[in-house]
Amino acid sequence: MNQIRRRLARKASEFFKDWSVPRQLSGQSAVAEAARSSLSEHQRPRLEEADRIGTSICPFCAVGCAQLVYAKHGKPIHIEGDPRSPVNQGTLCPKGAGTLGMMLSELRVPEVLYRAPHSSAWEKRPLDWAMARIAALVKQTRDETIVDRLADGTPVRHTLGIASLGGATLDNEENYLIKKLLGGGLGVVSIENQARI
Amino acid sequence: MALWDLANSDCITVMGSNMAENHPVAFRFVTEAQARGATVIHVDPRFTRTSALAEIHAPIRSGTDIAFLGGIIHYLLVNDLWFRDFALAYTNLAAIVEEGYLDPEENDGVFSGLLADRGIYKHDTWQYEGQISAAASAENFEQTTEAFEGGVARDARNPPPTDPTLQHPRCVYQIMRRHFGRYTPEMVEHVTGCPQATFLKVCDALARNSGRERTGAFCYAVGWTHHSYGVQIIRAASIIQALLGNIGRPGGGVLALRGHCSIQGSTDIPTLYNMLPTYMPQPNAMTQHGSLADYLKAQTVPTGWWNNLPKYMISLLKAWYGEAAQPDKGFAYDLLPKLTGDHSQLPTTLAMVDGVVKGQFVFGQNPVVGNTNSELVERGLANLEWLVVRDFAMTETASFWKKGRLVRRGELAPDKIGTEIFFLPSAMAAEKEGTLTNTTRLVQWHDKVCDAPGDCRSDLWFVYHLGRRLKQLYADSEAPEDAPIRALTWDYPTNGDLSEPDAAAVLREINGYTVAERRQISGFLELKDDGSTACGGWMYSGVFPSADENRARSRKPDRPGSFTHHRGWAFSWPDNRRVLYNRASADPEGEPWSERKRLVWWDAKSGKWTGLDTPDFIRDKAPDMRPNWEENPIGSEALGGADPFIMEPDGKCLLFVPSGLKDGPLPTYYEPVESPVGNPLYKQQSNPAVKLWRHSANGLHEVGDPRFPYVFTTYRLTELHCGGIATRAMPHTAELQPEAFIEVSPELAREIGLNNLDWAVLSTARGEIEAKALVTERLRPFHISGRYVHQVGMPWVYGWEGYTRGDTANVLLAIFGDPNTSIHTTKALTCDLRRGRLYGTRARL
Repeated sequence: MNQIRRRLARKASEFFKDWSVPRQLSGQSAVAEAARSSLSEHQRPRLEEADRIGTSICPFCAVGCAQLVYAKHGKPIHIEGDPRSPVNQGTLCPKGAGTLGMMLSELRVPEVLYRAPHSSAWEKRPLDWAMARIAALVKQTRDETIVDRLADGTPVRHTLGIASLGGATLDNEENYLIKKLLGGGLGVVSIENQARI
Repeated sequence: MALWDLANSDCITVMGSNMAENHPVAFRFVTEAQARGATVIHVDPRFTRTSALAEIHAPIRSGTDIAFLGGIIHYLLVNDLWFRDFALAYTNLAAIVEEGYLDPEENDGVFSGLLADRGIYKHDTWQYEGQISAAASAENFEQTTEAFEGGVARDARNPPPTDPTLQHPRCVYQIMRRHFGRYTPEMVEHVTGCPQATFLKVCDALARNSGRERTGAFCYAVGWTHHSYGVQIIRAASIIQALLGNIGRPGGGVLALRGHCSIQGSTDIPTLYNMLPTYMPQPNAMTQHGSLADYLKAQTVPTGWWNNLPKYMISLLKAWYGEAAQPDKGFAYDLLPKLTGDHSQLPTTLAMVDGVVKGQFVFGQNPVVGNTNSELVERGLANLEWLVVRDFAMTETASFWKKGRLVRRGELAPDKIGTEIFFLPSAMAAEKEGTLTNTTRLVQWHDKVCDAPGDCRSDLWFVYHLGRRLKQLYADSEAPEDAPIRALTWDYPTNGDLSEPDAAAVLREINGYTVAERRQISGFLELKDDGSTACGGWMYSGVFPSADENRARSRKPDRPGSFTHHRGWAFSWPDNRRVLYNRASADPEGEPWSERKRLVWWDAKSGKWTGLDTPDFIRDKAPDMRPNWEENPIGSEALGGADPFIMEPDGKCLLFVPSGLKDGPLPTYYEPVESPVGNPLYKQQSNPAVKLWRHSANGLHEVGDPRFPYVFTTYRLTELHCGGIATRAMPHTAELQPEAFIEVSPELAREIGLNNLDWAVLSTARGEIEAKALVTERLRPFHISGRYVHQVGMPWVYGWEGYTRGDTANVLLAIFGDPNTSIHTTKALTCDLRRGRLYGTRARL
């Protein structure tokens, strides 16, 4: 019994010796010595686990805040403002600060969904099947609607049967290929994005 | 201007924007300027957090911006408070206009040249006396929804006639004095509802912070563009800035606060119908664009920088059509599709409803939430044969057939909707690499740091592989209409198990290269019009100047204590210039206007322009150089050493615009298309050139319609970003803003018996929605024409997907567009409001 009491007393004394508040009260610095404890000795920054760090740009508004993205085994574990950037100097707004939550959102859909005409449900389909089907539909619609010349002979070589919307959330390279393929290649003229609205 | 340059400003006016809430990180530079002593002004119908941080909040009725800004122009002119040395030298203030020009002042509120039955203007009476002047390249023609009305090309190379004494009755200065003569402080109060004393405080602050030693800036967002006269609002601010000497100078400018991460990039390298990459016009069948020679003849401006157009156009054709682009075949120009009218988003929505459009791609956009008249958008989608939606989470646009408003209301049912729909999951920023261009033209590369889950792919992957498949499908075709897809260059290298195309290879093509050696070019000065160079976007040239130098990935900001515009941090087009027209930061002789506001200056010793930014000028053109008109100079040779506005045909900032604007050479106040009151300024009620597309499901309210007595305006929130799904599917932002609400002033709430948190129904001719009411003094009624005009506000960002849900404000709005841009109106329409609920809504959501 006494042994147990002694052990408890020793534990308590060790705990109080290790606890930072009494050490701060006894005069140790809260930002130096008293900030250490046996618990904190073993704590490591979460970011040390990252096996890859890269620079990204915030995906929301057009201010262009730079972000640092930390990833582990190919998955993002942390995103913060890049302190080097003259635009945001390490800061982010609530949207930018939530970028990780968007990437890891449970509402994210990781598979191809297909809804057949008149169907009342989505079905999962392979990506390759969808790509082949979309390419076939594009060709079919284009071939049905392409106009080489107007009635008076004016060349137009365009289709009004296909339209494309979006681009302001995409990379410049992606926008370039959309305009090049759909406009320059297929003759689609109604290519539009959020800049119009 | 660069975002950080706001910190150098002495007076910042935020108008048409709630910058503190919607661009909070950029707003840091406003508060930094404030800490250095700058005055911050917020002109807005609502009292927002931006107003709370401003020295002056000037409340105005939604949509009356031109009356307010016109009032400022009037004040500066009649009190002679403009910066004479700057404006006389660098603007067209002294130019003399055609005798046939009639101002709204003397012509019942419209300019001369109006073809009222067609809603278009002819520009011939807006020209400088004795000559026809061209606009910047893309706007050389008077383009309307239906057709072109004759070309406008500059037919004289001499500078326009001027009267530097400003006494000539038809010089721009005198025309402006007459035009803005009735925009008195009394009239400003009468139209906008802003008290005269507040308005005069704003005028005084602007005037005090102008001149050699001081500069001011304007910041705006879609609060200016989303009107039936949005371009003219921005023009009014540019006139003020040019009069005050606030263009091209440190802390000066008009800063557009744009809303999406690549909205600038997708304008420059456009997924827009009317332009080819970096602001070259898309050929149009309705004008003289039949062949490359015709196109270049019609579009090449004899004087000013756009005279280089043939080099840029032919280099683009080489980049797109490679071997097929040969000089004897017009460089394959005939492979480009031609426009036959306005193919922008709003008329395309109606074309979907009418069955013209059969298939649609949607890339990271959500028109069911973001497009005006949402239910009409649903009808259009239901009428398609196929729809491809690419996003990271389910959007209203992809699920309209199951959960849409029309389906919930029983007007449509899935078994009646024949649209074949594909939802393809997309990779996000850190899961792919490429560049985004911010609102100040800063092109920033982002790395691929992690892997996208499952079948998520970049849009680059999707477009590249779709193109590859289509090229295979068309490989054996010999039909002439299939020549473009066969000729298209599409040889991008791919990497890894997923065959991801190399984004850097695409950026190298945008930058441009020599065809023979396939060597990267260092900038657009190397581009040629003989087919020896290829370039996907001339303004971006220099971003990838050698095979392994990607300047968009450069990350070297200025060291503390030095300031040279962070030119080592990423790349800004053109030529890494951070402040456009920065030649104007020096006086006509090339000296800085003051030590405090120095930016770029002439170094006589080295015979070059130099300074803290890359000079936006021909590097060795001396300030005293004057064109020799005897030699018939072309291009830049026709601009003198004191003409900073190098993109304009005469190098001057245009206060009065002879060519290029569809709705008048000067901003003029018109009421919004839907307004509770008549126009107090002119007999003409609304913009005579507004783009209206009549449709039975798109009815408009008459002026003062008693069924819709309130002004309706929409906006967004710090936590919820635009119409997309991103922030509504992001847990913590959704938790911070969990449901839809409307904002109502205490006065209006009392009038209709509405309490805070009551449900309320909003209605227009387009539809009805419901939301909870937030009764708040942030909104106020305005006393206009002897009565109170109430305003109702609502964030527009809600839908039925995501964690945060609610009715979509765009159900209430109508489809009509600004004459110049076809941009919709969201800031000033009319509506009704009543306490109560829509039947059964709770069960349906």
